[in-house]
Amino acid sequence: MTDSDMPRRSDADRISDIPATMPIEPEMIGETRSQWRDVWRQFRSHRGAVIALILFVGILLFVSVGPYLWTIDPTYVDIRARNSGFVAAHPLGTDQLGRDILARLMAGGRVSIAVGLTAMTIAITLGSFVGLMSGYFRRLDAPLMRLTELFLALPLLPLLLLMVTLFREPLSKTFGPAMGIFILIVSAIGATSWMQSARIVRGDVLGLKEREFILAARSIGTSSRRMILRHVLPNVLSPIMVAATLGIATAIITESALSFLGLGFPPDFPTWGRLLFDAVDQMVLYPSRVILPGLFISLTVLCVNYIGDGLRDAMDPRIRGR
Amino acid sequence: MLNFAIRRLLLAIPTLLFISLVIFLLLEASPGDPLGNVPLTIPPEVKEKMREALGLGQAWYIRYALWLKQFFWVEPVYWWDQVFGTDFSQDAQRIISFQSRSPVFDVIAQRLPQTLTVVGMSYLVGILIAIPIGILSAYKQYSWFDQLGTFVSMIGFSMPTFFTGVVLIIIFGVKLQWFPSVYDTTLQVRDWDSLVAQIRQMVMPVTVLALYNAAQISRFMRASMLDNLGQDYVRTARAKGLGERKVVLKHVLRNSLIPVITVIALGLPTVFGGAIITEQVFKVNGLGQLLISAIHANDIPMVLTLTFIFAILIVAFTLIADILYGILDPRIRYD
Repeated sequence: MTDSDMPRRSDADRISDIPATMPIEPEMIGETRSQWRDVWRQFRSHRGAVIALILFVGILLFVSVGPYLWTIDPTYVDIRARNSGFVAAHPLGTDQLGRDILARLMAGGRVSIAVGLTAMTIAITLGSFVGLMSGYFRRLDAPLMRLTELFLALPLLPLLLLMVTLFREPLSKTFGPAMGIFILIVSAIGATSWMQSARIVRGDVLGLKEREFILAARSIGTSSRRMILRHVLPNVLSPIMVAATLGIATAIITESALSFLGLGFPPDFPTWGRLLFDAVDQMVLYPSRVILPGLFISLTVLCVNYIGDGLRDAMDPRIRGR
Repeated sequence: MLNFAIRRLLLAIPTLLFISLVIFLLLEASPGDPLGNVPLTIPPEVKEKMREALGLGQAWYIRYALWLKQFFWVEPVYWWDQVFGTDFSQDAQRIISFQSRSPVFDVIAQRLPQTLTVVGMSYLVGILIAIPIGILSAYKQYSWFDQLGTFVSMIGFSMPTFFTGVVLIIIFGVKLQWFPSVYDTTLQVRDWDSLVAQIRQMVMPVTVLALYNAAQISRFMRASMLDNLGQDYVRTARAKGLGERKVVLKHVLRNSLIPVITVIALGLPTVFGGAIITEQVFKVNGLGQLLISAIHANDIPMVLTLTFIFAILIVAFTLIADILYGILDPRIRYD
């Protein structure tokens, strides 16, 4: 719960910045309502977001706990049971090699969600760093913003395709086929999707710099490093969190698009996009194999988008408490 | 305004040069070999000659400069010659595809009409659906129509186009047999029957892309309408006794369209990028499909030129969006 303490800590800083001769008002000390509790209260009133959160937790449990309950190996080939329908031994059927679809969906979801979370973390870290630097240090502003505009002008999907095809072999050799592709895809998506969050953070930091508490902190000689980490960063946390949530959705979609074009993970290492791609050839005979992974992708992305929407409303102090 | 446009245009030149350099170096760093598929029985000295014939012998900066010259000088001159029947080019070397051995721009010109008809049509349909939905859901905020619109557009941009495409193929192509699932590019529209066939094969790809675009644009339209509906001038218009239809469709709509038009302009180049996937699903052999096959074949000149064209489109439409915003909204001042 260190996150939830951060804004309060900066409040406490502000109070201790006030000279001792000034009377401290009693409510300022007796304040027990934390910002995050307020956010949570507002979030709960957004019905769509709450349903989405429950569903998303369900999907997370399905892919994380599921494999311990449904213990069939997703790569186990049972050629005699191939192309089976929905039966008790295989509730969602098997594919053309007799691999259990339910187990494959769980394994694929693990990879897809792991890719989404990791790529989002990279993009958000990079974006917040660039945004903070260019918003806080005036000298860095122009070059960093030119860089951001340059990245925004890049044709992203073609470049992603290019990067993945070109560097697939060398990375697979160094880190093994699965890990190499994972590193490649995650860093490629991360490196091409940080620009929006950088712009949002920069705008917020620029506004924040004009506020009195920053002036107060500066006048007592706070160093830049401490200033950014304790005073600026906690106050731009809410737009970063909203951007992060929406970033998961884009990363999952991008990964499955790459897999769908045959440029993602190798076939014995399933992701939802890869499962869909593999099933397209037999979609006339076995449409359920296409629809199930597609439904999982869409449902996850829909949930994440709804959660992001609810979070944005909940974090906006103008809407909160209405 | 003119000053701003000129300054932005001048700034676009180094940006584009830098982007082309990035793409070029990325391709240069690739381990793939365009001669990788040549039989092993060919002796090494012949292979070296083949490499030189492909122009791979020189250092990278010479090849980069050569490519720049071909792209910005030779190709426009050829185009000029073709249009006006002159002969300025004098058989200068054009950008040649490794794969098909024909000039890259000729291949692109063959593929462009397919992409433009499908993608352009879908963008148009998307806008035409999105704007009325946006207006109505903003005017009746929180009504059942608005709730439904929000839900549908959330679904619209949560479902990846490859999934909606495949589902449409299963339902309408396989089960109901209403529309063909593979786009036939050899079809030429000559008479009524071929026109019907063309429309029938365009229905599914256009629907998929239009839904995706409509989902995003209708959100922007709704937000922009909501911003304007609360303004004072709307109250003034109502107070002076104007009809509701006139207030909404004339006063509010015109002002709300300003940001939406820039969003539409900004989205145009991304549609080309998004169309890569849809073209792959429906086997439309347009630009996206061309790019993917070129990437798989290590066709460096083709990939470089196509990616750079996408970059030019993005930079150009960003510029157009900025300028349009200034023209449409006199409150915006670029100084």
